[in-house]
Amino acid sequence: MELDSLYQQVILDHYKNPKHKNLNESYTAQVHHVNPSCGDEITLNIQVQAGKVAGISWDGVGCSISQASTSIMTELVLGKDIENAFEILGEFTDLMQSKGTKSGDEEVLEDAVALAGVSKFPARIKCALLGWMAFKDAVLQSKDKLGE
Amino acid sequence: MSKIFDPVEVRKDFPIFSKVMRGNSRLVYLDSGATSQKPREVLDAEREFYEKNNAAVHRGSHLLAEEASAAYEGARQKVANFIGANVDDVIFTKSATESLNAIAYSLGNSKPGSRYEIKSGDRIVLSEMEHHANLIPWQQLAKRTGAELAWFDVDSNGRLDLSNASELINSRTKIVALTHQSNVLGTINPVSEIAAIAHKVGALFVLDGCQSVPHFPVNVQSLGIDFLAFSGHKAVGPTGVGVLWAKAEHLAGMEPFLFGGSMIESVTMTDATWAPAPRKFEAGVPNMAQAVGLGAAVDYLQKLGMANVAAHDEELTGYALEKFSALSGVRIIGPKDLKDRGAVISFVVEGIHPHDVGQVLDQYGVAVRTGHHCAWPLMKKFGITGTTRASFYLYNDFQDIDILIDSIDRAQKYFKV
Repeated sequence: MELDSLYQQVILDHYKNPKHKNLNESYTAQVHHVNPSCGDEITLNIQVQAGKVAGISWDGVGCSISQASTSIMTELVLGKDIENAFEILGEFTDLMQSKGTKSGDEEVLEDAVALAGVSKFPARIKCALLGWMAFKDAVLQSKDKLGE
Repeated sequence: MSKIFDPVEVRKDFPIFSKVMRGNSRLVYLDSGATSQKPREVLDAEREFYEKNNAAVHRGSHLLAEEASAAYEGARQKVANFIGANVDDVIFTKSATESLNAIAYSLGNSKPGSRYEIKSGDRIVLSEMEHHANLIPWQQLAKRTGAELAWFDVDSNGRLDLSNASELINSRTKIVALTHQSNVLGTINPVSEIAAIAHKVGALFVLDGCQSVPHFPVNVQSLGIDFLAFSGHKAVGPTGVGVLWAKAEHLAGMEPFLFGGSMIESVTMTDATWAPAPRKFEAGVPNMAQAVGLGAAVDYLQKLGMANVAAHDEELTGYALEKFSALSGVRIIGPKDLKDRGAVISFVVEGIHPHDVGQVLDQYGVAVRTGHHCAWPLMKKFGITGTTRASFYLYNDFQDIDILIDSIDRAQKYFKV
């Protein structure tokens, strides 16, 4: 069924048991992003240290796609160099814009390849990107604060 | 289904129902609250206008200009008859949103001392169930003028709390703007009662009729209101055309909102005077084909009969409410009884986000709206981020509702809740 290409088991698993969904007290930047078309919201805290994502945590409300995608993203970027994390972000954004023509590089995207099916449902792409865009914004704000 | 009219026959008038949807399903269109589908008559009327009569209305001395003007003004007459109005008090806009903004801007443009002037200390009364289109224009007017906003609360059943109506609508109140029927809850508000309270203190009453005019008979005279806004596209008409109706005395006394061609009486390099309504409020070459399409839409609705449309809506809503009450893990946001209730059912499926509900429904050809429905404050009031909303209209039947209910059950199984 077409639905199964959207809701892979790994997505449903992350939705039921999201990772790092518990806001840390310490952070170099905190951002709040909203999806104005559906009202989904996310707060994301990030700790940038020595050019690395030293800590990431979040809280929010949203659909299975936005929640799972954010959960997967936090696992992917935690501990990575910012540069590397942004490469992953770029790869994921490309996948989302691929209209179903790409399956994603599992070496780079790991669990996030499960979201490939989202690219066939234009209305859901912004759900999948909500957490990622919050991450990008938080990193840029951290860099500004840290003067990097 | 009683033979008010046969919705399966009605569907044949709407070309879109021949479309094959995801999962090889037929279209079960339950999103008329967002926009209705269009019958062939409306599509033909628009096309025919462009093919046979197209010219700029109210200008030019050629045959096409005459025919275009006659078609456009003919549509105005049809709309006027439809809502029990005088033809000169019906203004075509691009949307209900524009109609509401036009009122807010026009009042905001009033000359000092005019009865329409809104100033610091004046009050604008709304309700918590307003669509953003009947909230934000007033918020902005309040910010520009220093007026204050006040609003009716919504109770847990989705009804307006009218217990403090006479304190809320006090002597400082200049405007009361209210929806006729909530686009989220389906609640139909006691318009005449509240309009009468508004008039007692000399306030103007603005009615958002987006969800009412397409669905049941609305008569501007018997409601006792000052302004009415509604859109064409929710009433089987084209997009890009809305209606603003106001009492003649207001149209005469208020300042226009858009300036330009058509709306003038005379012009010099430094000043201008205004044509009488409706042209005073219709600057520029108007949306002629869309207005003509709306005229055809009104004809279509009147052929079915608005009382019949309302009775059909009520039958569907009663059936759906009964079916919903038997579902477990599904909560209706809004009145659960048929009294003063329109054909809109918003619901929350416990454990599944509305987007995900909508996605599963889509797999079975069921088109619903998900999210906050442009009523964010109302969502906050109910402590939710959004709902799934099914809205019914003249082409829906009991089977559509059965498919909806089955699909909700499938969503629950799919997400294992």
